[in-house]
This record gives sequence, structure tokens and C-alpha cells, in this order.
Amino acid sequence: MKKEPVKVREKSSAVRAKSFEEVVEGFSEAEALQEASRCIQCKDPKCTTGCPVGIDIRTFIRQVTEKDYDGAYFTIRQKNNFPSICGRVCPAEYQCRKACVFTKKAAPYASREAIGIHFIERFVGDHGARKGLQVKADGEGKHAQKKVAVVGSGPAGLCCAGELSRRGIKVVVFEGLHKTGGVLRYGIPPFRLPRNVLDFEIDSLKKLGVEIRTNTVIGKVKTIDELFAEGFSAIFLGLGAGIPSFLGIPGENLCNIYSANEFLTRVNLMSAHEFPKSHTPINIGKHIVVIGGGNTAMDAARIAIRLQHMNGITPDTTVLYRRTEVEMPARRLEIEHAKEEGVKFELLVKPEEFVGDDKKFVRNLRASRCELGEPDSSGRRKPTVIPGSSFEIDCDQAVIAIGLGANKILTGVTPQLTTDKYGDVVVDGKTMETSIKGVFAGGDIVGGEGTVIEAMGMAKKAAAAIIDYLDKAKK
Amino acid sequence: MKILEKEVLVDSQGVRIVKITIRSPDIAAKAKAGQFVVLMVKEEGERIPLTVVKADAAKGTIVLIAQEAGLTTKLLGKAVPGDSLYSLVGPLGHPTEIKKYGKVILVGGGVGIAEILPVARAMKNAGNHVTVIIGSRAKELLILERDLKESSDEFIVMTDDGSYGRKGFVTEALKELLEKSKYDLVYAVGPIPMMRAVSMVTKASGVLTLVSLNAVMVDGTGMCGCCRVTVGKEVKFSCVDGPEFDASQVDWQELLSRNNIYSEKEKHICRLHGAG
Repeated sequence: MKKEPVKVREKSSAVRAKSFEEVVEGFSEAEALQEASRCIQCKDPKCTTGCPVGIDIRTFIRQVTEKDYDGAYFTIRQKNNFPSICGRVCPAEYQCRKACVFTKKAAPYASREAIGIHFIERFVGDHGARKGLQVKADGEGKHAQKKVAVVGSGPAGLCCAGELSRRGIKVVVFEGLHKTGGVLRYGIPPFRLPRNVLDFEIDSLKKLGVEIRTNTVIGKVKTIDELFAEGFSAIFLGLGAGIPSFLGIPGENLCNIYSANEFLTRVNLMSAHEFPKSHTPINIGKHIVVIGGGNTAMDAARIAIRLQHMNGITPDTTVLYRRTEVEMPARRLEIEHAKEEGVKFELLVKPEEFVGDDKKFVRNLRASRCELGEPDSSGRRKPTVIPGSSFEIDCDQAVIAIGLGANKILTGVTPQLTTDKYGDVVVDGKTMETSIKGVFAGGDIVGGEGTVIEAMGMAKKAAAAIIDYLDKAKK
Repeated sequence: MKILEKEVLVDSQGVRIVKITIRSPDIAAKAKAGQFVVLMVKEEGERIPLTVVKADAAKGTIVLIAQEAGLTTKLLGKAVPGDSLYSLVGPLGHPTEIKKYGKVILVGGGVGIAEILPVARAMKNAGNHVTVIIGSRAKELLILERDLKESSDEFIVMTDDGSYGRKGFVTEALKELLEKSKYDLVYAVGPIPMMRAVSMVTKASGVLTLVSLNAVMVDGTGMCGCCRVTVGKEVKFSCVDGPEFDASQVDWQELLSRNNIYSEKEKHICRLHGAG
């Protein structure tokens, strides 16, 4: 008998659109057990191959069915340092769940019937956090005298720090902002990743002995050479993809046109939604347009609609995307959530020009309709403008969420560090070592924009190579 | 990031300017003329950029000078020695390119006078002939007169009301100098209308003119793109591409309007906190 997938509990769209509390409430124990029992324990589990860090999914799901939640936690932790985070933000429908035997062969992303692996993972991760389960250091003090510098406290940096400190290596993480977490904190809104979940994972790293120095921009206050001179044996660069891209269309610098990074940072990091209790302001338009089709665009649109609700403005937030919904890189879940919360979608639309008033505030967006042509270099069908299809959209605030480029603060002052034409750091694919001996890198500064778990996958590979490097350097 | 000293430089005609010495050995060891820090006074506060006026590597201290304008600078003005800032990061931005240009004019207006001081010192040390023009509305609002006099070969003070030095704007003195002699660089910091006016004056003579822009910032490291400014038809980020740019290429109108984007909210929050 085929069992129905367990639907995860969520706050109603009417309630959640007015608050920053977590939308997905997760599985209860009974729900987790029921969903886990749907797993048929494939002999050759494809889900693990679909996971960028290769979590032994079959085993942890089996342990859940046996109510061995501690065991399940440690199974996940063998490969993934942050199950509570990944269980919330992983694009599971493109990864483990897409590989699930229940996903239909030709489907572009996971079928509804695929096991809710990420929700079970989240349940297990939260169980571990509640119980304070700690992965013990297992380094036998082999490298107790060595210290490694990790630059950036985003997913890659934190993961690398966790891997190294577990083996008894002293790790110092340098973070430019005043708070840790990188994109997990400034990028992902609390309604997707509550701050206590993030804080817990970072605190558990500190308990392992990781030292974190915030307010420290490496490349400005210290160089790579200076870090080595201070006694660090190796360095990991988890710099992220820092510089927002813009459309390059007229009127783009008008007032109230934000990059997604600015919009998200003002709210997620600086709590601008609590202005004036928090001192960082943000403007809230009556007609907000978000341009882009990725998770960042969905986050921005869902924040925008919340800001409108919370300020008594009739919600009017629209996502503009050049292709159709199928091509949107965002998680399906976030697209659905955005729609449920009232975000409108204008698809097959290309922005042409922002038009402002005499005070240089944006008032309108002129755009064109598109149709999809032949596949381009990204493998997706290329949007082409339909001649004469120009139209106007009311827009007194816009958020540009079309991607990010490499930040050159560190690479710009480190000429020995080889970068590619995009400014990304070039690494040896096997070890993640850069052109500088003892300097490794991972995350978005290597691959361009990726997911949290992909960044962590690279960081784990780098951590293993760093340990190897320290072994060899030891003699 | 402990505040070691605080001095009120100006408290007159509704203008309050404070000078704060902060312990920060790392920043003090690295900061060069033209660079800035981003600070938060409180955890719930904003991140704001301020130019490093002086960095003393031996003492491990930096000096910041701020005019109380928004809530954050007002809170900074209320801080007392012994208090610690919630956050302080730097040095950020590119340092001023210091070399022997020849004859250099430095123009400072209002609190911008503080920002030309480290540049004046560095330019003088690099063997330049340094002319300093500073200006304010009135005598009581002038800052750092003695320090700048010491760092210059020629020194001119302008006040709008004629209460000190010469009556008139800094641009008048600048224009006269440029008409009389040939200069190799003009460097100006002050309110946007002043910098724009300087740019208009120097455009005619063709002398290279640099301005340090005070765009609104959040992170200060290129991440948010809030401080973007159009320079010669290209979009630049003040924090990582600047803060200094060729004045003749800056879209002043855009900068002016973008810097006023939160003015209503700023007034509102200052009233709420009884700070304005």
C-alpha cells in the first residue's frame, strides 16, 4: 500500500505575511516517523548521490523509524555540520529529493511523492540542538599546536572551521561584519531560518574551541602574508560572492531602487523592519517590484510584502522574471510560499527603464514582453523581446535580485592569488588549494553563486586537504 | 573600541562637532590618509562611515570627528570616555594617492575640514607645496585651524558671514588662486553643494580635482551597493571604488538625492529619541 506524503505544518499565509516568524513549523515526532516510514530503504540509495556532501540519508531515515534520533543526528553530522540549517534552506527538490526513487524520471525537480528528506533532517537537527548533542573532537591532539585562519563566517567558513576544530586544530574565523553567519544572517530572512537556530549552530562551534573575530576585514586590516606571519599554518578563504549585479538600464540609480543585498541586509542583519526600535531605516513602497527568479528574489519579495502589511499598506509586490516559472532557479517551496503570501508574478518580462520624478525617486518601470527562444549557454531557453510589446508598471520601489559577483577586497591586494575572468578564486578541484601554498578556498568565491550545502561540500573537501597539508608539513 | 577621549570642538548656532579618540590598535596600524571606518554606537544602531582623521600606530589609537546630524552621530556625541562602541571596522576604502604632485590646494568645508587634515599632512610630507582653504558659516564653527595651518604653506580662511578670515565662500578664494597661478591638484571635502561648486570652478582650469564622497553606506565593503554613484557614466561603489573620485565626472544631482533618501525617517527617529 502506497502511503501519502506527510504535509509539513506551516503558518497560515494570512498570519505569516504580517510577521517575521518562521513559516514552516516542521514535523512533530509522529509526522517525522510517518514520513520516514515511507522510505523504502533502497539498496542503492540515489538520494545520497544527490546530496552535495553525501549524507547517508538511508541510514539516518532508518534510525528515525527506530526512534534512534541521537543516532540519526550523529549520522547526519558525519557529513553535515549544520543539519538544522540545511534542513531549512537546502534546495532539496533539486538535490536529494530529486534523486529519490519516488521522483518521476522526467521531472525537472522532485515530485510530490519524493520523501521529505529535508524535513526529516530538520527534525533530527532540531532534536540534536534541543538535547545539546555535541560531536566530540577526535583529533587526538595531533595538531594541537597548529592554528588555521578561516576568512569569512558564512556557510563555507563555518563548515571548514567545524571540520578542523573537531580534529583538535585551533581555528580563528575572521568576519568583516559585526555578526557571524555571512549570507545565512544577512541574506536569509528569519522566517526561513530563525536566528536562534543559526546562533545555536555557531555557539556549538565556539564550544568546540573555534575563536571568531568579527569586525575584521582581511585584505584591509590584515593581509594573507600577515596571517602567515602571525603563526597561522594554513588559511581557508570563504569570502562569498559579495558584489551585487545591476541590470545596467537607465534610471537604475534612482532613489528607492535597492540591490537585493542592501534590501536583505537592512532587514535581516540590521532589523530595519523594527525601525525606529532599530535605527536602520528602510523605505516601503506602495508598488514594489522585485527583479529576478532565484531564492534571493523570493526572499526579497516576501520581505517586501511583509513590510507593506506591517505598515498598513495594501500589499502590492510583484516579481518580474524574463523566463517562465519552470526556469526559475528558486526553490519550488519558496515560489509557492511567495504566491500564497500574495506576491504577484509577471513572467516573460524584461525591464527596460526606470522612470523617476523630479526628486529622483522611482515612479515607473518600462518593460517589454519576452518569448523563449533556443537554449543559451546556461542550457535554459533564451528570452527574446517581442517587438512593440513595451508596457509600464507602477513602481515606487524596486529590488534588483539578479546575482552577485566576486568581491575584490582581498584578491585585489593579493596578486599571487590567481583569479578567473569573473574574479573568482581558482583552486585545484581535488584539494581546493589556491595558487598560494597553504591557502585554500571554497564557497561562492570559488564556484560563483551556489547553495549553502554546495559551499559546505567545498569547505569539507578543503578541510580534509588542510589536515593533509598539516600532516605533511609536520614531518 | 573603547573611547579614550572626547572633546566638543564646536557647539554653536545649532552645530555640534565632536572629536573622539578610540583605542583600536589594528586600525591605527593600518589606516592611511583618505580611509574611513564604519561604526555602530549601539547594537540596535545603524552602521555609519566616518573618515579616520588621525591614526597613531604607536599609541594604538584613531581619531574621528563627527558633526551631530542624524541619530547615530548624536549618540556618538553623547558617548563619554570609558564607553565602548558596539562595532568598529576598518580601515576601509582606498587611501589617497600621496605623491609629489607639485602645488596642491586642499579645500575643506564644515566638518569636511577634518577630513582634509590627514591628506594635508601626508601631502606636505611628500614634498608638495600645500595651500589650504577652509570655510564655514561663521568663526565659531571652524575646526582644526591650528593643525591645518601647521600643515600648509599657504592658509586661507573664509566665513560666510565675514566673522573671521575673509567673507565669502571657499570657491571664491579657490577661483582667485587658480587664476593667479598653476596648480597640480585640488582636493575637496565638504557638503555636497560645496564639492559640486568646487568642481565647477576647477573644471574651467582643467586641474585634476579629487573629492571624498560621503554616500550612504551599510556594510562599507562593497556588499550592499547602497553607496553607488555615477562617475563618468560608470556606476561605482563609494566604499570599495572610492571614497575619492574625479570631481569633474561625478553625477552630483544623483548623489544629492540618494543621500536624502531617508531624511524624513531620520528626523522622525531623532525626535523620538529626544535628540533633535
